[in-house]
Amino acid sequence: MPDELYEYEIEESIPVNTVETYLRTDRLPHIWCPGCGIGTTVNCFAHALETSGLDLDKVVVVSGIGCTGRVAGYLNLDSFHTTHGRAIPFATGLKLANPALKVVVYSGDGDLVAIGGNHFIHAARRNLDMTVILVNNFIYGMTGGQVAPTTPVFATASTAPYGNFEQPFNLPYLAESSGAVYVARWTAYHVRHLTKAIKDALAKKGFSFIEVLAPCPTLYSRRNKLGDGLEQMIYYKENSEIRHNADTKTVALDFQGKIIVGKFVDKERPTYLDTMNEFYQKKLGEEYVPASTYEPTARME
Amino acid sequence: MKSDLNGVLTGVHFLDGDHACSEGAIAAGCRFVAGYPITPSTEVVERIAERFPLIGGVFIQMEDEIASSMAIQGAVWAGKKAMTVTSGPGFSLMMEHIGFAAMTETPCVIVDVQRAGPSTGLPTQPAQGDMMQARWGSHGDYGIIALSPNSPQECFDLTIKAFNLSERYRVPILFMMDECVAHMTERVVIPPADEIEIYPRRYYEGLKENYLPYQAEGDLVPAIVRAGDGYRIHVTGLTHDERGYPSMTVDAQERLVHRLINKIRLNADRIVEYREDQVDGADVVVVTYGITSRVAIPAIEQARKEGLKVGHLRLVVVWPFPEKRIRELATKVKGFVVPEINYGQVVLEVERCAGGKAPVKLVSHGGGAVHHPADIYNAIKGV
Repeated sequence: MPDELYEYEIEESIPVNTVETYLRTDRLPHIWCPGCGIGTTVNCFAHALETSGLDLDKVVVVSGIGCTGRVAGYLNLDSFHTTHGRAIPFATGLKLANPALKVVVYSGDGDLVAIGGNHFIHAARRNLDMTVILVNNFIYGMTGGQVAPTTPVFATASTAPYGNFEQPFNLPYLAESSGAVYVARWTAYHVRHLTKAIKDALAKKGFSFIEVLAPCPTLYSRRNKLGDGLEQMIYYKENSEIRHNADTKTVALDFQGKIIVGKFVDKERPTYLDTMNEFYQKKLGEEYVPASTYEPTARME
Repeated sequence: MKSDLNGVLTGVHFLDGDHACSEGAIAAGCRFVAGYPITPSTEVVERIAERFPLIGGVFIQMEDEIASSMAIQGAVWAGKKAMTVTSGPGFSLMMEHIGFAAMTETPCVIVDVQRAGPSTGLPTQPAQGDMMQARWGSHGDYGIIALSPNSPQECFDLTIKAFNLSERYRVPILFMMDECVAHMTERVVIPPADEIEIYPRRYYEGLKENYLPYQAEGDLVPAIVRAGDGYRIHVTGLTHDERGYPSMTVDAQERLVHRLINKIRLNADRIVEYREDQVDGADVVVVTYGITSRVAIPAIEQARKEGLKVGHLRLVVVWPFPEKRIRELATKVKGFVVPEINYGQVVLEVERCAGGKAPVKLVSHGGGAVHHPADIYNAIKGV
């Protein structure tokens, strides 16, 4: 697929600093290091919200623990900073209890696919209507640079001082095979593509997943002698290849190798709630009382 | 199963404790349950799974107990009353999220149908070995409330009370059943819906711009809001200030954690509940909870027949513990006897409150069965 789709027009219509209204400015400065890519993704997220047409009072962001886990706390939205790995179960409860909410899970690679990996695959399997933004910096940043299930083979980490020999996850493949209906990968360099992808994912019904590669200059890049944040951005620029609809089996990442980015999956499948409602309506007929129609009396509330 | 619009199955039933617990939750207004199968608690969620589609509830069987104990908290912040149900191994997995609920002041009910442990232990047989875990299981310091029913009727009544307490104090309530109470079937009377007392969630009603999510009034319990109502709340398991923002200071820690403890400790007189039988004037007081309270009755009656003055104090609320009453009794009795299906948990609390003023005798049992009343009788005689 040619990339023209992603050469879009929104940037011109956005005045400077509009992102501030999406942030809890009273919490700034943030804790992220110079050159870290997480803030860039937040900027993209805010721009995506700006053009999404969503009622921001209904957008809820849920994070786990770690550097990216701090995103929820900086967004001027209903935001939940949960426990390590458990953002998705919390988001599951939110969404099922109030389907009118637009639920976004925003967290890191260690949080979502190491300790939280089980929840990730089950939420995708169920096709829960939520957007998962996973910032992959290849390392546990908050705790000081330990090896992650995303660390490329040969890269060193504080708990893999001789280099990592474990095969990392290919996250788009994991997400697609688990049942996600939208899967994309971009890097912190691809800000326009990422903004568009987040906007698309927010508009998508079902489990949408975006992997964003982001530099961690302090722990990943420095230990691996990859330079500062800027040098990592140059690496992303020079080594990324946009390949929409790529077979996710083929997009695994190597240490400083080529990065396949793009929108890999965009398909339709009934969501958990739609399936449940339809199923019960068929099985139980008029006896079925959908949760959305249940109004507790004041006494029962 | 025909219920009224509120889902209350008014009438006289023949139910086991697990099913009675499900009905109690429904009557309390619970409309979100997440669970994971584990004996001997599974019947609670099985009944919920059958009942919820008919009364506007959402049940989801999650991938594990960790997920279940987090999903219910998401549902609470979306406005539902929510519960999860488990047994020993699952209860262990939920510990972190009991702390999260305590820290974020998320009202919810966590049912633990106790079976013998440690580890997989005796999955289908009773114990009371999770009582100290209920009090202290999550890391750090916090206040908690735990209830212990001794019959299917109480599994119904006290589940409602559990929801009411969770809303009143914004704290996770640990509902400590045991395999015997869960699997015994007895008469359960479910009253008409309008006779059931419900404590509604206390939502913030002031001006939006003045809202501070963790500012508490005199009772130390802040008012809550829901996600999606435009308050733009931030909720975190980190130590936080009144705005809900992380605050990594000794002062913030002291203010927050002290309040979390004090909202239970200073309200303990209102929360504590126990039943007494001939305790005034007794020489020996048998302190029990859960199924053990019923096993002790033949032993107590036999001793009374022989002329001994034996009182029976049954804990309905185990945490917070009725410190004042035990302290008071310690100055009057010759001794306490504490039978429990573990090797000494609640007995430690009785000893602490007795403060050396009266001897305290544990009648332990490793689990897998209930005590033989003769063991309790012998302990009473031995005081």
